[in-house]
Amino acid sequence: MAELIKVGMADYKVGSNPASLISYGLGSCVGIALYDPVTKIGGLAHIMLPDSTQARSSDNPAKFADTCLPIMLEDMLKGGAAKKRITAKIAGGAQMFTFANATDIMRVGERNSEAVRVVLKQLDLRMVAEDTGGNYGRTVELNLTNGIFRIKTIDKGEKEL
Amino acid sequence: MSEEVLKLSELQLDALKEVGNVGAGNAATALSQIINRKIDMTVPKVCILPLGEVPDVVGGPDTMVAGVYLRVFGPAPGSILFLLPRESAFYLVDTLMGRPDRESNTLDEMDQSALLEIGNILAGAYLNSLSYFTKFTLLPSIPALAMDMAGAILSVILIQLGQMGDHALVIETEFTTEADGVKGHFFLIPDPGSLGTILAAIGVKV
Repeated sequence: MAELIKVGMADYKVGSNPASLISYGLGSCVGIALYDPVTKIGGLAHIMLPDSTQARSSDNPAKFADTCLPIMLEDMLKGGAAKKRITAKIAGGAQMFTFANATDIMRVGERNSEAVRVVLKQLDLRMVAEDTGGNYGRTVELNLTNGIFRIKTIDKGEKEL
Repeated sequence: MSEEVLKLSELQLDALKEVGNVGAGNAATALSQIINRKIDMTVPKVCILPLGEVPDVVGGPDTMVAGVYLRVFGPAPGSILFLLPRESAFYLVDTLMGRPDRESNTLDEMDQSALLEIGNILAGAYLNSLSYFTKFTLLPSIPALAMDMAGAILSVILIQLGQMGDHALVIETEFTTEADGVKGHFFLIPDPGSLGTILAAIGVKV
């Protein structure tokens, strides 16, 4: 049984074959899976907010899209991954509750997904698949043996990216 | 790092617990009247948790729950979230609707509406206590409902707190009925600026 590494909210983990990285119950948060298919090194981040410059204070860079992805990428490169081979898959960014007048804070899922796309582009990482939006939670698992990013939901089925 | 919640004294936490106690008592009485069963509640826990650990309070981020979410408006804005395990949500709705046997694993429109109303009544009962202690007029928004993983539902409030810091002040109460019935968690999460306002109003501002 391969090791299953849990990634909590506002956290990221890097691992290598044959482990799997899993994050449970993403709502408006976004899960970002980076994977190098040759060295089979991968990382999974569970970010909560788009932008660290708009927040008041934090000791935790893993909370934000703009600060988490560069350090996760750095860790992967230190472990031997090659940047040009790394691909990204993202999931989450849902809006869990619907109000008639959706304020900015209710649309944070959408803003998270958008911020992640922008940061990936800035880092020059290729995004190959995404499953974002909707109004339901997702559990995401990155299999480091084959790079498959599996997304489980309560009643919207399961899919593999 | 100047996170407000990390600087709370024992006295302040106790005061918040007492407000929670009366609020939860009101809410338990209201719930008990709605379903006509005796409801027990635990003394509220007031804890300061790293954001990522909050879902563990209700059994982990992938636990299947129903959540009713309301915003609180007034001088001390915040959020209220009432979380029930899925089975408890079914039990509550079926008891309310006078249905002996559950046939499906989903909530129809009527069921959802009933759950929203329950959330509304509980929030109102809770806010009455908070208003009494603070002398503030606090009003709940229209409730919203979601049935999903606890982590996903909690992310809504945790993200709001995440903009201000890395910890959440959680005033948490657990409800149980005597038999198999309902188990639920009630969360009051003041917006970061509101905490000081509430503490000042109940006279325990440092």
